[in-house]
Amino acid sequence: MRITCPLCGPRDRREFYYYGAEAYLHRPAGDDAVAWDAYLHLRNNPAGETRDLWYHEAGCAQWLVVTRNTVSHSVSTVELVAERGAP
Amino acid sequence: MRYSGLKVITQGLFGNAGWKPAWRDPAPKAQYDAIIIGGGGHGLATAYYLAKNHGLSNIAVLEKGYLGSGNIGRNTTIVRANYFLQGNSEFYSHSLKLWEGLESDLNYNVMHSQRGLINLFHSDGQRDAFARRGNMMISQGDDAELLDREGVRAHLPYLDFEQTRFPIYGGLLHRRGGTARHDAVAWGYARGADRRGVDLIQNCEVTGIDIENGRVTGVQTTRGAIKAKKVGIVVAGRSGQVAAMAGLRLPIESHILQAFVTEGLKPVIDHVISFGMGHFYISQSDKGGLVFGGDLDFYASYASRGNLPMVEHVMEAGMTLMPMIGRAKVLRSWGGIMDMTPDGSPIIDRTPVEGLYLDAGWNYGGFKAVPASGWCMAHLMATDQSHEVARRFRLDRYLTGHLLDEEGTGSQHNLH
Amino acid sequence: MRIDGKGLIDRGSPVRFRFDGVEYDGFRGDTLASALLANGVKLVGRSFKYHRPRGVLTAGSEEPNALVEVIERGQQTPNVRATVQEVYDGLQARSQNRWPSLKYDLLAVNDLAAPFLSAGFYYKTFMWPRSFWEKLYEPMIRRAAGLGRLSGRHDQAVYEKAFAFCDLLVIGAGPTGLQAALTAARAGADVILADEDARMGGRLLSELEAIDGSPALEWVAAVLAELAALPNVRLMPRTTVTGAYDGGTYGALERVGLHLPEAADRPRECFWRIVAGQAVLAAGALERPIAFEDNDRPGILLASAVRSYVNRYGVAPGSRVAVFGNNDDARRTARDLMAAGIRVAALIDSRAGVSTDEDFPVYAGAVVSGTRGRLALDEITVQHANGTVQIAADCLAISGGWNPTLHLTCHMNGRPIWNDDLASFVPSRGAVPGLTAAGAANGAFGTAACLAEGQAAALAALQALGRVAKPAPLPVAEDFGYGLQPLWAVPGSGKAHGRAWLDFANDVTVKDVKLAAVENYASVEHMKRYTTQGMAPDQGKNSNIGALAVLADATGRGIPETGTTTYRPPFVPVPIAAMGAGGRGKGFAPQRLMTSHSASVALGAPMIEAGLWYRPSYFPRPGEATWREACDREVRMVRQVVGVCDVSTLGKIDIQGADAARFLDLVYTNTFSSLPVGRVRYGLMLREDGHVLDDGTTARLGDSHFLMTTTTAAAGLVMRHLDFIQQAFCADWDLRTISVTESWAQFAIAGPKARDLLAAVMDGPVVLPFMGCMDVQEQGVAARLFRISFSGEEGYEIAVPARYGEALFRDLLARAEVMGGGPYGMEALNVLRIEKGFITHAEIHGRTTAFDIGMEKMVAAKDCIGKAAARRPGLVGPAREQLVGLKPLADAPLTAGAHLYAPGAAASRDNDQGYVTSVCYSPTLESWLALAFLKDGRARLGESIRLVDPLRQIDVICTVCDPVFHDKEGKKLRA
Repeated sequence: MRITCPLCGPRDRREFYYYGAEAYLHRPAGDDAVAWDAYLHLRNNPAGETRDLWYHEAGCAQWLVVTRNTVSHSVSTVELVAERGAP
Repeated sequence: MRYSGLKVITQGLFGNAGWKPAWRDPAPKAQYDAIIIGGGGHGLATAYYLAKNHGLSNIAVLEKGYLGSGNIGRNTTIVRANYFLQGNSEFYSHSLKLWEGLESDLNYNVMHSQRGLINLFHSDGQRDAFARRGNMMISQGDDAELLDREGVRAHLPYLDFEQTRFPIYGGLLHRRGGTARHDAVAWGYARGADRRGVDLIQNCEVTGIDIENGRVTGVQTTRGAIKAKKVGIVVAGRSGQVAAMAGLRLPIESHILQAFVTEGLKPVIDHVISFGMGHFYISQSDKGGLVFGGDLDFYASYASRGNLPMVEHVMEAGMTLMPMIGRAKVLRSWGGIMDMTPDGSPIIDRTPVEGLYLDAGWNYGGFKAVPASGWCMAHLMATDQSHEVARRFRLDRYLTGHLLDEEGTGSQHNLH
Repeated sequence: MRIDGKGLIDRGSPVRFRFDGVEYDGFRGDTLASALLANGVKLVGRSFKYHRPRGVLTAGSEEPNALVEVIERGQQTPNVRATVQEVYDGLQARSQNRWPSLKYDLLAVNDLAAPFLSAGFYYKTFMWPRSFWEKLYEPMIRRAAGLGRLSGRHDQAVYEKAFAFCDLLVIGAGPTGLQAALTAARAGADVILADEDARMGGRLLSELEAIDGSPALEWVAAVLAELAALPNVRLMPRTTVTGAYDGGTYGALERVGLHLPEAADRPRECFWRIVAGQAVLAAGALERPIAFEDNDRPGILLASAVRSYVNRYGVAPGSRVAVFGNNDDARRTARDLMAAGIRVAALIDSRAGVSTDEDFPVYAGAVVSGTRGRLALDEITVQHANGTVQIAADCLAISGGWNPTLHLTCHMNGRPIWNDDLASFVPSRGAVPGLTAAGAANGAFGTAACLAEGQAAALAALQALGRVAKPAPLPVAEDFGYGLQPLWAVPGSGKAHGRAWLDFANDVTVKDVKLAAVENYASVEHMKRYTTQGMAPDQGKNSNIGALAVLADATGRGIPETGTTTYRPPFVPVPIAAMGAGGRGKGFAPQRLMTSHSASVALGAPMIEAGLWYRPSYFPRPGEATWREACDREVRMVRQVVGVCDVSTLGKIDIQGADAARFLDLVYTNTFSSLPVGRVRYGLMLREDGHVLDDGTTARLGDSHFLMTTTTAAAGLVMRHLDFIQQAFCADWDLRTISVTESWAQFAIAGPKARDLLAAVMDGPVVLPFMGCMDVQEQGVAARLFRISFSGEEGYEIAVPARYGEALFRDLLARAEVMGGGPYGMEALNVLRIEKGFITHAEIHGRTTAFDIGMEKMVAAKDCIGKAAARRPGLVGPAREQLVGLKPLADAPLTAGAHLYAPGAAASRDNDQGYVTSVCYSPTLESWLALAFLKDGRARLGESIRLVDPLRQIDVICTVCDPVFHDKEGKKLRA
C-alpha cells in the first residue's frame, strides 16, 4: 500500500502510523458522557469509502486525513490535518 | 451416525459407501424461536448450546456463505486460558474446560492438542507482568509455570539464545495451552447442532432486521423473510454492518490480521511459542506446516488480505527468535477481518433492541473463545441473563468505564 | 537418457552431483529433475499420505512430487523442487518423507490401509481415550505427516531484501512478456522483466516453433540482446513474482545463489519489493493432468514437461513413451518425441474421430484407464471403443488442457471467470489495479496471439503511464491448434477399488472429492478443507480445476456455479529467511546507544535492553559476587555521597512559540502557563480516554520556550501525541515542537555531595533552587542544568550537546570517585525510586488513572486531554485498585506480579484484592518494599494484607503503607 503524502510524495505504507477514524478530529466541547463515548469508541466502520488518520512518522511528522476504500484499499485523497481549516 | 474408529474400519471395508451427510441443507422455515445470524464458530456453538443446554430446537443459523467461512477457518488455531483481568480470566478458563471435553461432547475429533504454550519474556519488567498473569491463572484454577532462561532452553533448545535482539529471560509455560484443527471445530458444532434439530441455512444473507416497538420480530434475508422473537448477531468481522441494520453503532473497528503457513515439514516445533517483543507466535500443525502470525496490518479494512510491511515484520521476528525456520517456505498467507474493540475484550450482551443479542468484538482472540462464547451467548439468549463468566462483557462498559484492557493500550481500536 | 545433439544444456560444462548418495553426471543448464531423468532415475519421492512412489510430473515450480532436500555444509533445505533446482558441481540432494529408504519405505503400508484413510477419517476417530490424543495418536500422525526436514540449526546463510521501482513490470519472459518488454522499452519506459526460469524465453525454450521463419530461439536471443543493451531495462531471471499488493507493489523472490555452491559473500535469495506504475502478467499457463486409476506412478509426466525434457534438456524421459490427451498438444508431443528419435508406444486421444494417420499407433476416442509398475511405470491399460488393451510403456505423457497462470490477478480478491470455450478460468480484468494479463495467462494460447497480446498490453500500459507509442509490425509466428474437449476424470475412476489422483502432493483422489460431496462438504471451500485438496506445496496448481470439475459433477452443479477457491500469496513458496532478511540476530530492531555506552561497558556494567536502548544494569566492583551487592552499594552511595547516572534515554521535546504554555496546559493535567521562566514542574499526561499516558518534568527555558521530558518508553508515543494535538486542535496556534532526545546527553547527579561534584565540573559555583533550571557553562560548553531528582536526594541533571556526552560522563565519574561516589545503574535507580514512591511504567501500565495513583488533585480546573473520559464511574471510587506501599511484617522477599488477598482468605480469583507492580530490597530501610495496587488502598493504610505468588512460592503478610517510604517530607530534595 502506498500513500501520497502532500509534502513528501508517494511513500510506502511502512512509513506511516495509523491511528483510526477521522472522527478523532471532532473532539467534543463539553463533558457529555454520551458524546465522549461516541467520540472515543463508536465507529461507523464502513465497508467502503472511509476517512481515517495517518501520521507520516518516518517522514515529515504530519498527520493526514486519508480518504480510501476499506474493501479495495484504493486511496483517493490525502489531506494535511493541519490545513483542513477551522472545524 | 456416530463416528468411531470401528465405524471408520467397517466403512472402509465396504468401500466407504455408507457415510451420511454431516448436516442437512434445510430450506428456511417462516418462523423460528431463535435465529443466529452467522454460521461461524461462535454462531454454530451458540446454536449447539441453545439446543443442548436449553432444550431449544426450533432454531436457525443463517450463514451468508458456507458454514465456517469466516475467521474460524482463518486463524492460527491457538487455544489457551492465560488472561489476567477479572472478567476475562474466568471466561477463558471456562472455555478451556469446554475444549477439554469437546471431542466426546461433539463426537467429532477437533484435534485439540494441549501441547503447551510458552510466552517468552525479555526483561525483568515483562517477567513481572507475566508473573501477575500466571498467578491470576493459578488463582482461577488453571495452570502456569514461570520458566527461567534455562527452563525455556530445555523446552525450546532451537531458539537463538545468543544473538537475538531481545535476549530471552524466560517464559510463562501454560501446559494446557495448545492448538486445535480450526475447521473441525466449525464442522463439529455444525454437525452437533444439526443432529439436535437446528436448521443450518447456508447462502442466506441477512439484509434487514425487523423491529417493532423496540422489539425484534424477525429478519429479512436473501431467501425471504423469517420471523423470530430472538435474534443473535454473531458475525465477528461484520458486526458493525449487521448491527447497523438494527440502527446500532458499535464500538468496533474492523482490521486485518494476516497469518501464514509453510510447506509441510517433519515435526520440529512441539509447542506453541509466543514472542511478544516481535508480535510473533508459532506452532506446527499436525500436517507439518508451521502456522504463525503477527500483529494487525493496523489500518481499518474489510479486504481479507494484507500488505508486505507486516508480512516482512513477522518473518523478521521469526528470524531473530528462531533462525532455524529460515529455510521453511511460506506456502500461503491470508487475512482475517477482526472486530477490534476499544479495550481488546469482547461483547456478549443484550442490545437496546429487545430480543436482539450481540456476540461480537473478539479482536484476534476469538478462536479459543468459541466454546464459552457459544455457551454464554446461548445462556443469554435463552434466559435473558448474562452468564456468570461473561457478565463483564457488557456493551455499555466503554460508556461507564468498566474496561477490560489487558494490553493497556487504551481506546484505540487497532492497538489491542 | 540423453538425446544426442538436442537441448540447450551446456555440454561443454559437465557437472557431478549426488542424489541419495549416488553420484551422477549432468550439464550446466540442467535442473536436478532433467539430470536425474537423463540418468534414468524415475523414483524421486514419496507421497504425503500413502507414501506412494513418485517421480517427476512437471518441468516447473508447480511440481507436486519431485521435492527433495538439498544439503549444504551443516544445513539442509527441505522441499526443494527438483524441477527448479539447477545442478552445479557438488550439489547434494536426497529424497524425503521415506524411511528407511526411498525404495523401501515402511510407511508405504499406509497405501494398503487406504480404505481406512479416506478423506477426513481423522475427524471421526482417535477420540478415545481422551488422553491418547497427545500421547499416542497425534505424535503418530505428526511423524507420518510432513515432508522434508529442517536441520534444527540456525540458518546462518546470507539473504537480502531490496526495493525496485519501474514504470512497467513484465512478469514472465515468454513470447508475450518479451514482446511486451520490448514494446515498452523501445518507447523509453523503465522496464523490469522478471522471469522465474534461469533462462528467459518461456515455452519457446521447450517447443519446436518458428518465428519470422527461423527457429524461435533466435528471436528470443535477439530480443534479449536488445533489451540487455538498453539502459532503461532490468532483466531479472530466476525471479518469481510472488504476490500482488496494494499501490502497484509486487513481491518477488530472486534465487541469487541457489544455482551455485553456497558462498559467504553471495546471498542465497533476495526478496524484492517492486513498485510498478503498470504491470503485465505474462506468466503463461500450466498444463493440467487427467485423473484415471493409478495415474501417479513414476514415469507419468505432463506432456508439456515431456516436450521440455526432450527439446530443452535433450533428455528422453522414457524409451517407450505413450501419450494421452484431450487436445492437440498430445499429438504434438508424440511428434516431438518421434522427431527426437524416441519410440512412441501409442497416442491415446480421448476425442473421437481424430486422425489416426501417424507413424505411431493412435487410439482415437480412447482413454487410459489404468497403469502398472511398482516403482516406475511398466504398462498402461487403454480403453477404447472395442475393448481394452495393455500397452507396455515406461513413460506416459498426459495433456488435459491448459490453465492460465492467473494467480496474481486473484491476490487482491479478484475472482477469475469461467471460459467455456477454453474450459478454464481466465483472469477478470482490473482485478489488480494496473495489472493486465496477456498471452497464455489471459487464455491466448498460440504464439502469434501471445506476441499480439504482449504488444497490446504494453501499449495500454504505456498509455496509462502517459506515454505515447504506436504498434509496430509483429514478428510472424504460428498458432498451433488446441481443439480441447474437456476430460477431467476418466469415467469409472474413483469406483470402489482403485484410486485416481487429483492432488498428487496431498494424495487426494476422485473418491475423496466424491466422499466430501456425499457428506455434504459440498461447497468448494468445504471440499478443499475436508479433503486437503489444494493445500499441498503446489497449492492446487495441478489439481484445483480437476477437483472442482469432479465436485461439480458429484453435486450436479456446473463448474461456474461451484466456484473456485481463492489464490493467495505467495505464488510460489518463499523462504521465511528471504522475506525476513535482515531480521536475524540484532538486525530485528535498531540498537540505540547512549554516549556513555562504551565507558559503561569498559567498567564491566552489564548492558540491558530498555526499549531500543541499552542501559547499564549495575557497575560491579571487585569482590562483589552478586548484582545485589553492587546494587546495594550503589544505593548507599547515592544516599550517602553522590552517584552519576546517564539519563539521556529520556525523551526530550523542545516546544517553542507564543502559545507553547497554552499548549502544555492542554496536554498536561496540571497547569504550565503559571510556571515561571527558570523553573521546572512535574507534569502528568493522560490519554484522551482518561488513563495515564506518561509523566515527566517540563522546564520553562524562556517565556515561549519549554523543554519537555518524557519517560524512555513513551518518548515516541508522546511526540506523536503532541503532533496530533497540535495539528488536529491547535493548528493555528503559534507553536512548534521537535524531538531533541538524541541532541543532548543528560546525566543525573544525585546525593548529599551532588552540589560539590557539580561545582567541580562547572566553570563556576552553582546556586539553583529545587525544581529550578538554568543555562550554564560547563568547561566552555553551553549546557543546561536542572535541579530535579528521581532518587529523593538532592539531585541535578546536566545536559550537554551529545558530542560532549562521553567526555562529561568520564569526567564526572573520575571526580565522583575521588569523593567516594561513582556511577549507578538501572538496578540502583529502581531501588531509589521505589524507596521514594516514584512511579514508572510498571505502575502507569496503561490501565491506571490519575485517581489510581493518588494524583487526581493534579487534574486542574482547566480543560485537558483525557479529563472528560477520566470521570467515567468505572474509573473512580473505592472499587478501583489504588497505589500503596507494602512492607513485610517479618523480613521476607517480595515479588512483583504477586497478588493480594485479605489475610486468611483463600488465594482464589474471587478474593483478589490487587497486585504488586514493583519490589526491591531497600538497603536504606533494610527491608523489602513493594509498590502495589490495592482495592480502595488509600483507605486501608495500616491494614495487613496477604501477598501471594504461587509461581515463585511466596506467601507473605505485609503492612499496607504510604508509597513514599523514604524522606516523605522531601527535606533531602530541597536541601
